[in-house]
Amino acid sequence: MRVYADNAATTKMSEIAIDTMISYMKNEYGNPSSLYEKGQRALEAIERARKSIAEVINCKPEEIYFTSGGSESDNQAILSATEIGKRKNKKHIISTAFEHHAILHPLEKLKNQGFEITLLPVHEDGLVRIKDLKEAIRDDTVMVTVMFANNEIGTIQPIKEIGSICREKGIIFHTDAVQAVGHIPINVLEMNIDMLSMSAHKFHGPKGIGALYVRKGIKLTGLIEGGAQEKGKRAGTENVPAIMGMAAALIESNNGMEENTINISKMRDNLMEELKKIPHAKVNGSIISRLPGNLNMCFEGIEGESLLLLLDDKGVSASSGSACTSGSLDPSHVLLALGLPHEIAHGSLRISLSEYNSEEEIMHMVKVIPQVVAYLRSISPIWNDLKEGRKEYVIQ
Amino acid sequence: MLYSDKVMDHFRNPRNLGIIEDADGVGEVGNAKCGDIMKIYIKVDKGIITDVKFNTFGCGSAIATSSMATEMIKGKSLDEALELTNKAVVEALDGLPKHKIHCSVLAEEAVKAAIEDYYNKEGKIEKTEHSCSGCTGCCGM
Repeated sequence: MRVYADNAATTKMSEIAIDTMISYMKNEYGNPSSLYEKGQRALEAIERARKSIAEVINCKPEEIYFTSGGSESDNQAILSATEIGKRKNKKHIISTAFEHHAILHPLEKLKNQGFEITLLPVHEDGLVRIKDLKEAIRDDTVMVTVMFANNEIGTIQPIKEIGSICREKGIIFHTDAVQAVGHIPINVLEMNIDMLSMSAHKFHGPKGIGALYVRKGIKLTGLIEGGAQEKGKRAGTENVPAIMGMAAALIESNNGMEENTINISKMRDNLMEELKKIPHAKVNGSIISRLPGNLNMCFEGIEGESLLLLLDDKGVSASSGSACTSGSLDPSHVLLALGLPHEIAHGSLRISLSEYNSEEEIMHMVKVIPQVVAYLRSISPIWNDLKEGRKEYVIQ
Repeated sequence: MLYSDKVMDHFRNPRNLGIIEDADGVGEVGNAKCGDIMKIYIKVDKGIITDVKFNTFGCGSAIATSSMATEMIKGKSLDEALELTNKAVVEALDGLPKHKIHCSVLAEEAVKAAIEDYYNKEGKIEKTEHSCSGCTGCCGM
């Protein structure tokens, strides 16, 4: 049995999204910038897609800009805030310690341009504190960017409160909602969100397409200069099939959200209850304010990459926050930001479910994950020391 | 493919797994902070490594390199075993990705640490090089 349990990394495309894309590839291959009928039909199509996407997050169609995905949207959002900040001489930006690298790296680079960056800490529950935000805000703060839901531990941030505070203080509020869109309700109007990044391949749409929502009145700076597409804010012939695929996937995810949430949480909770029975294991982050499909746990005494490889042999595709899987010497900055010691962070496992998973697959994981953990512990010198009482357990 | 077939074989079916209760030499290197710990146990008789076992906390290449290292020193003399290089381990495994080479360095260090421990116990202290214990990251990984 093969179980795909890494939906936070990417998702299988839905049949509707695939069929939509194929139909546009076959029949509507016109360039939306062309005057003739074939071009205009393509233009009308992407404008229909724009409207559908806007409806899902409750904004105006003209506030949606198509991009190549979450990373581009994040970069463009930060660039735009930078330009506004330079003009108004406001060079302070607030974000969090556990943002995606597509936020953290551009912010880091801004330090070379005289910007100061404050990264709010995340607490053990994987949530930022409003108190910390209020204390961090300065007169020269131009933007706050906080992810809607974290990609590794799935915790959902207090977005509405953050939006309210930023609106009051006249600070631009951007949220990287890549993991949230299509999975939990988002209302940019109600939540006072000024900019938002989304990416289709996280909600059963195609890879290589996303969007950036920008509230009317906020000046967007182009990342890619050239043709006049996207009101001159994002040059390049529009990827019509991908845009249509994204819209179709989002409509489908949005329509099924309520039912999917119930079913996916149930599967995730079952899995979690079973895996919590493994001794010296812990769940990372709040279980209450969390994406329905996310489960992130640490198992003391073992390492993540070997865990994933053996799980792969048993048919399970999952992910980890160990250093070896991140390609660096440090384990995931997200887990470290929670305050986990290195050796515990190395032994992490992230399972992210979707509506395509089944109870049968959960049962399979319930069977094989404890087996693999037990085996790796049996060959681990750390576990041996813990068992023999030479070291003290970190996870009780 | 991240790992060669040989690496995957040694990872899936590690040779010489285990502990020797009355070992003549025990070498433990690496640290939990960087995610790799290898512990090698040896039994020595008349200067020959008659038995070797290992335990490892670490990734695929950590387990594979320690497994291969134990295979390469089993039945060898202490002098021969001291000549084991990480390069030889990597070659025997048909290569490792560049960012995983440091695992093979750790395996070489574990072997040397076990032999040094044996000499210490014997009262005959032989200095061997220890660049990995304490992991200062000096191998640049």
